[in-house]
Amino acid sequence: MEPILTAVIPVVIIGIICAAVLVIASKIMAVKEDERFPVIRECLPGANCGACGFAGCDGYAKALCENSDTPTNLCVPGADGVSRKLSEILGVEFADVIEQVAVVHCAGDCNKTHDKVDYHGIESCAAAKLLYGGKGSCIYGCLGLGDCASACPQDAICIENGIAHVDTRKCIGCGICTKTCPNHLISLVADVERVVVTCSNKDKGALTRKVCSNGCIGCKKCEKVCPLGAIKVTDNVAVIDYEKCTDCPDFGVCAKNCTTGCIMISDLSGMHHYKEKTDK
Amino acid sequence: MIKLIVILLSAVFINNYVLSRFLGICPFLGVSKKLDSATGMSLAVIFVMLMATAVTYPIQAFLLIPNNLEYLQTIVFILVIAALVQLVEIILKRYIPSLHKSLGVYLPLITTNCAVLGVTILNVQDYPVNETTTFWWGFAESMINSLGSGLGFFLAMVMFSGVRSAIEGNDIPKSFQGLPITLIAAAITSLSFLGFGGIIENIFA
Repeated sequence: MEPILTAVIPVVIIGIICAAVLVIASKIMAVKEDERFPVIRECLPGANCGACGFAGCDGYAKALCENSDTPTNLCVPGADGVSRKLSEILGVEFADVIEQVAVVHCAGDCNKTHDKVDYHGIESCAAAKLLYGGKGSCIYGCLGLGDCASACPQDAICIENGIAHVDTRKCIGCGICTKTCPNHLISLVADVERVVVTCSNKDKGALTRKVCSNGCIGCKKCEKVCPLGAIKVTDNVAVIDYEKCTDCPDFGVCAKNCTTGCIMISDLSGMHHYKEKTDK
Repeated sequence: MIKLIVILLSAVFINNYVLSRFLGICPFLGVSKKLDSATGMSLAVIFVMLMATAVTYPIQAFLLIPNNLEYLQTIVFILVIAALVQLVEIILKRYIPSLHKSLGVYLPLITTNCAVLGVTILNVQDYPVNETTTFWWGFAESMINSLGSGLGFFLAMVMFSGVRSAIEGNDIPKSFQGLPITLIAAAITSLSFLGFGGIIENIFA
């Protein structure tokens, strides 16, 4: 017999036997996969941002399949559209998604505050923070080197005049930037029109005043004028409780009365509300 | 009989596949983070090693040697091992899904795990069928050697998962975090196995 045949035939026979065993085994021990899984996974945006609290879109889809208690409104980037689709597939009641956008709690740009050192180090907020709390005179404020901007999956953050700005029309509310800011200046708020405190300086009024003309000096004027009692000055900085700050009878009174102007009225309507507005 | 015990013990301690022969490092570093998955992986490897030897030794003795096809050893053995690993994967997926999930990609990687291929090839080299040994004796020696190698892998994995959990809580310099410190720990662990050299032979001598 040809040597090539004596080599090929045994290998082919062994291969066929192995294949037969595997086919039989996979038939006998087949595992049924939830047929809803690919459908649900298809609905999700696939950004794997982790805003839902699960490990990526696959994790959320799996949780939805396996556990019927999992809420369908956890996907913030997907918003109402995704929630509606999910509730249709799973046959549960539609739950409204609270769309969120990121807000930077610092407005101390180059016109309002000044640098204390000339920083020539690594272009990263985390690195600059290690060196005497950053280059700016306010150690609580935005470092302006754009760690949040590079972390943002949607390019929604840009650095302008030395501080970070969020483009709420691009922001999907995943919250990745809130974790990267070394000064924890960014938080997520519901994307309807709101007042925002744009300062996080926890020093006493006089000290704050020295370093930034936009800083909250903790004068408590806003506390007194707020008709809903939603503003509280804690650690020398005003904090708005957004659960109480709804349907304000005298909207914007806090911003008008703010001594330094650090409470601002901003249009935070994100991509979803913006679309609705333009559709109308 | 004593010879079998010597083979078993030297496979576990002296010729430990991970720590002395440096085979199968991939799962050793990849799955040793948690004790559960380290144990599961080792049991899967023991099973695959035994099955692979049980199938490849007769193939070598009755198919490859009589037909002068020893040069097909590697490809035939890999084929058999791959099929066995697939079989193990199907079984695990059906009966122990949690273990299947925690092993992840390392389970299919047993297919190309050099420790398994190493065991089968060293078995047919070290315990061949010839004039002095019968097939069954060589087969028994090979199976014992595979069991010992698997147990050695198990020992190394369990020991190292302990070492790693001890490393976990420590304040490690940033440049050593993750893989570097793991590799250093692995090196020191394997150094300790050098101490077993020569012990087993002398005990039973």
